[in-house]
Amino acid sequence: MTTSRRTILLSALLASAVQLGGLGFAHADTTLLNVSYDPTRELYKDYNEAFAKHWQAESGETVTIQQSHGGSGKQARAVIDGLDADVVTLALESDINAIVEKSQKINPDWRSKLPNNASPYTSTIIFLVRKGNPKGINDWGDLIKDGVQVITPNPKTSGGARWNYLAAWAWANGQFGRDETKIKEFVGNLYAHVPILDTGARGSTVTFAEREQGDVLLAWENEAYLALDEFGADKFDIVFPPQSILAEPPVAVVDANVDAKGTRKVAEAYLNYLYSAEGQTIAAKHHYRPSKPELVPAADLQKQRELKLVSIDDPIFGGWKKAQPYHFGDGGIFDQIYKPAQ
Amino acid sequence: MTTAPAKAGWRFRQPSVIPGFGLTLGFSLAYLTLIILIPLSGLVWRSASLGWSDFFAIATDRRTVKALEISFGTAFIAAAINVVFGTIVAWVLVRYRFPGRRVIDAMVDLPFALPTAVAGIALTTLYSPKGWMGALLAPLGIKVAYTPLGIVIALVFIGLPFVVRTVQPIIEEIDKEVEEAAATLGANRFQTIFLVLFPGLAPAVVTGFALAFARGVGEYGSVIFIAGNLPYVSEIAPLLIVIRLEEYDYAAATAIATIMLALSFLMLLVINLIQSRTRKRYG
Repeated sequence: MTTSRRTILLSALLASAVQLGGLGFAHADTTLLNVSYDPTRELYKDYNEAFAKHWQAESGETVTIQQSHGGSGKQARAVIDGLDADVVTLALESDINAIVEKSQKINPDWRSKLPNNASPYTSTIIFLVRKGNPKGINDWGDLIKDGVQVITPNPKTSGGARWNYLAAWAWANGQFGRDETKIKEFVGNLYAHVPILDTGARGSTVTFAEREQGDVLLAWENEAYLALDEFGADKFDIVFPPQSILAEPPVAVVDANVDAKGTRKVAEAYLNYLYSAEGQTIAAKHHYRPSKPELVPAADLQKQRELKLVSIDDPIFGGWKKAQPYHFGDGGIFDQIYKPAQ
Repeated sequence: MTTAPAKAGWRFRQPSVIPGFGLTLGFSLAYLTLIILIPLSGLVWRSASLGWSDFFAIATDRRTVKALEISFGTAFIAAAINVVFGTIVAWVLVRYRFPGRRVIDAMVDLPFALPTAVAGIALTTLYSPKGWMGALLAPLGIKVAYTPLGIVIALVFIGLPFVVRTVQPIIEEIDKEVEEAAATLGANRFQTIFLVLFPGLAPAVVTGFALAFARGVGEYGSVIFIAGNLPYVSEIAPLLIVIRLEEYDYAAATAIATIMLALSFLMLLVINLIQSRTRKRYG
């Protein structure tokens, strides 16, 4: 028993030593760390490969890109607390703002440094329902019909879930003529139909698709397509509500880190290349909405439906700086929704 | 042991025959300070930035109270279940020889080794209404996954080895002759178990309970998958801490953590007192 434990300990030590050695080697050429949120795994896997090739051809240097994925807020906190990210590609503007405010590692004017408010691709929130749409869910109002169970993650812990919530709010705003009491009632009613609040978007997708819980999943557009690919198109249908929200996942260079490491040039090129024809096409292939669709071959665009999309900068929300504390802060509207349900 | 006559003034104990007391004590204190005391005082320090009234407001907030109730309640129930069945498992493993015993013995440690998230996902798959177990229980009207019952199941799973591994060595030390003596002196089986065997086991059982309980209170990884995480229903205190962190509200997060820490420490202290009392009585 003791010998076997000792062997395990030894091999663990050995493994970590090898890993450290490996990191040392990686420093031979430029290494970028892209800290991103959950559903972008597949997108950046492809994009990193394309960019490395492009950079090699353009400058003759090799670049290795390391990826880190997790909940958007958690990732932002890791950067604030010292994770050595060169670039961040997160789900919410407010998460990057948090890095700006709490750590000053990103300059406050980051949003104007890249086109389209520093969002190279956008996305939206749509519905994923069981095959044949047995509960007849076609618009936001259908979500609160009797017997409908809605799967969406907790807006407190998930960036995607905040977009879900805001999309519902925007719809109700139009429906009830800006009457805030009625909007709150609708959104509260909607969350009364949510039996499980997962902590992240991926968790909700698994709950809906794999555990077969609920009748409708409020999902990122790209995540819904991924679920079709992953779990079989014969099991689910995608429903596009007539109106949804314009989700702008932003990207930024972490100024303090790239200046310390001397990687600013590559880091900026890395983000800029997202706006190139190749970057935009990769984004479209992964079911994001490219910010420059004119650069993308029509074949890769065809799946994307035209919807009425409300922006976070619309007066009903007044931008993230206002919407974040108002809706999702401690004691904000989302907390109030759950208060009476005691 | 004979007590040395009291000498004038206070002084250290006579040097023991085992050398290195000063060195090892110094090392232990330094080590504990580095590993436990500094991080924990950092935690308390950070929550102290709140001031009493804010701290009190967070501590008495209904949502906080409810989350603490759920965390401590489910951990208590799970530890109680583990005490009963963990002791039986330990008993079987020590006392009987049967094929596959070593495999089962090794299996007990699996919850230690498994990443808790994996445990949570596996249990959720099993107990969700469409899963193997869940589908069997659903017609009976029993919902496990996405309810507090699911939390208990997850905590029973991760807590089992704590009980088995603390009780097992003690059972190994009880001689079979003790039982035989009890039998020859006319005790029935019931009396043998509760009057002869159990008193010797009690301190270990209490320790096992304390370990499983403490582990359960702080458990996050496996629980969030199976709990459903509805505020006031199945939202555990560690999740509330994560939610506060997501709001970049470090002070509130550390405040809840400090409350948990204080409650846990208090309970472990009480359990240790009970234990030393049982040890004195039966030891």
